[in-house]
Amino acid sequence: MNLYQDVIIAGFGGQGVMLIGNLLAYAGMEQGLNVTYIPVYGPEMRGGTANCTVVVSSEEIGSPIIHRPKSCIVMNRPSLDKFGPRIEENGLLILNTSLVDLELAKGLPVKVVPIPVNEIADSLGNARLLNMVALGAYVNASGVMPLQAVQGALGHVISSHYKHLIPKNAEALQAGADYKP
Amino acid sequence: MSDKRIFIKGNEAIAMGALAAGARCFFGYPITPQNDIPEFLSKAMPDAGGEFVQAESEVAAANMLLGAAACGIRAFTSSSSPGVSLKQEAISYMAGSELPGVIVNINRGGPGLGDIGPAQGDYFQAVKGGGHGDYRLLVLAPGTCQEAYDLMIESFDLAFKYRNPVMILGDAILGQMKEPVEPWKPEGINPEEGKDWALYGASDHSPRIIKSLFLGEGELAGQNQHLREKYEAMQVEARAESYLTEDAELVVCAYGSIGRIVKSAVRKLRANGKKVGLFRPITLYPFPSNELLELAKKGKRFLTTEHNLGQMVEDVRLAIRTVADSEFFGFMPGNLPTPDAFEEPILAALERK
Amino acid sequence: MKDELVFKRPEVMADVTMHYCPGCHHGVAHRLVAECLESMGLVEKAIAVCSIGCSVFLYNYLKLDSVEAPHGRAPAVATGVKRARPDNFVFTYQGDGDLASIGMAEIMHCANRGERVSVVFVNNTVYGMTGGQMAPTTLIGQKTTTCPGGRCRDREGAPIKMAEIIAGLGGVAYCARVAVDSVKNIVKAKKAIQKAFEVQTQGLGFGFVEVLATCPTNWRMTPVAANARIAEEMIPYFPLGEYKDVTKEGGTC
Repeated sequence: MNLYQDVIIAGFGGQGVMLIGNLLAYAGMEQGLNVTYIPVYGPEMRGGTANCTVVVSSEEIGSPIIHRPKSCIVMNRPSLDKFGPRIEENGLLILNTSLVDLELAKGLPVKVVPIPVNEIADSLGNARLLNMVALGAYVNASGVMPLQAVQGALGHVISSHYKHLIPKNAEALQAGADYKP
Repeated sequence: MSDKRIFIKGNEAIAMGALAAGARCFFGYPITPQNDIPEFLSKAMPDAGGEFVQAESEVAAANMLLGAAACGIRAFTSSSSPGVSLKQEAISYMAGSELPGVIVNINRGGPGLGDIGPAQGDYFQAVKGGGHGDYRLLVLAPGTCQEAYDLMIESFDLAFKYRNPVMILGDAILGQMKEPVEPWKPEGINPEEGKDWALYGASDHSPRIIKSLFLGEGELAGQNQHLREKYEAMQVEARAESYLTEDAELVVCAYGSIGRIVKSAVRKLRANGKKVGLFRPITLYPFPSNELLELAKKGKRFLTTEHNLGQMVEDVRLAIRTVADSEFFGFMPGNLPTPDAFEEPILAALERK
Repeated sequence: MKDELVFKRPEVMADVTMHYCPGCHHGVAHRLVAECLESMGLVEKAIAVCSIGCSVFLYNYLKLDSVEAPHGRAPAVATGVKRARPDNFVFTYQGDGDLASIGMAEIMHCANRGERVSVVFVNNTVYGMTGGQMAPTTLIGQKTTTCPGGRCRDREGAPIKMAEIIAGLGGVAYCARVAVDSVKNIVKAKKAIQKAFEVQTQGLGFGFVEVLATCPTNWRMTPVAANARIAEEMIPYFPLGEYKDVTKEGGTC
């Protein structure tokens, strides 16, 4: 079966969008798929907006950069303004409703999965897990690969200094996947 | 296959490919978007028993490369557009002195300081010489991280085969993107490589002079004639990827990252029944002119697309000039290219007839 | 009576006529380098990095493995050579325009890194090969084709004192300024060059010798007058002596 998915993951620097992009791509590779990951940074080292694009495919991948993605994980308001209108028709929008008003996404011809990732991360005891919550929601909604594949790849993208946090990250992925709006 | 693959940036693939090829000296200077290469090698090169030097400038780094290359050691340098301009002095001397070094250019936007995003504005500089005097580099243009790794290995073989500098021409997309790469090590690198010309002290040979100054009557002309014959001999290395060109009415010519981005556009148009194909030169010098001419003789029409104002299109037109012409679409440096940007121009060219 | 040869050409010097002008000191400096290479047994290990200027033809006069560097870049090329071949003996031979003007960055950083190379710097206060233009070491008041009214401190700055500058850099193991205008000075110059070579062979660091030299043609002087100018005008501004010697300090750099 041919599989092709692409997703733009966008938010503030510090929200961990690059990390979950890496994680998703790495997990795809472990699944034997072709993957690409490309980051786009602002000129700032810290605090600016950041996004990355991940493509996962059973076929050879052409472009690693996508203008109209099938899916988008939007972590903040500027990212919704920039990428929301570019999502393919009937595509998927994972929207962080902790920071973005769901009303703003109404009218987009896409399936919206609203999820308050900050609150869920807080409830798990670590505010920085918000990125994993969002990725969990995306993996569940897109069906791009089993959540276990993503959880299993955590050890490859989390630096050794934070290895002890892998179970907590896996839990956050699960919480995002399980969330019912 | 997944167990053998590693997930790395194009820049890292270049650095790792060089190590696999037996490169033992790297000379660099910080400039975005190629910094992963010196950062990686600052540890990996000494670990491999080699030398890493962060030079005081790109000028110095390229001249260090000249020195190491004169010793017959596999050595390389990397930079990005403004830095590569500074390296041109040494590159010209290396070409004139017939030295086998590798120069990596992770092309960014220009002219001047430009930006740190991808661009293909350095095509002319890479394939037409770049510095002063009349010379050519072998220029290889990888489109994927795996190809970057593979071509990096091959670049050293070619450099020593022809005693000529080789340039790897990538861009910020290739440098910054990550892909699975299957690492491998070439076998049979000749340990005596360069022994018949390189400098190691005149202990078992009469003194050798590596130079590019020829003042004696007829000497420089003789050297230039020799170089011309070498460049002609290099033509056999020309290589390209042809994708769905067999039955295509319109062949889109694009190299490097733009080649792979256009491939997505070609696929989409094909899905809509449009007879378009992709011709992606892998060697930019020598340019795969013969393959293009063959396609032209079959009655194909051509569109060249680049991330610049139109450079490779001149080589495409030269290649097919006796039977066909090429249209051109230039995507502006400073903007991030996506397949969507190329669909419409390709479709327009196809339907113009 | 049988003739006895008491003074002969060092083996490493090619038996050819040099292109240097009458009264030029390059020939003396070349010979001192040759003598040191031979006495130290370095001929077969040596790789010479030649620079741009009159001395580019060093490779025609010393029978060594040699590479020609772009203008000013000899210290960078030498860095590459030494890193590629750490067991070889590597030296550059550079003039003042090459080393102190266009190649200032390369010499400073090569010295500061403490590259195990030796540099012979010939300072004759003028661009020789290009026809007598102002050099970074041209003395105040000295007339050249690009400062025809004489070098002016306010306009062109003061002559650069390289030995003093190089001595202040971290990686330098030996640094001296010498002259070759008299037998006494030539003897001292040879000792300094040997020292600069030794700190490399001993792995102590970077070695540097500035040699004050004549350029009678571009100074518009006779050889004798040019030779006299070294003591009369150059040495007062460019004092001779050892500016750094880590072997005397009892430590390495």
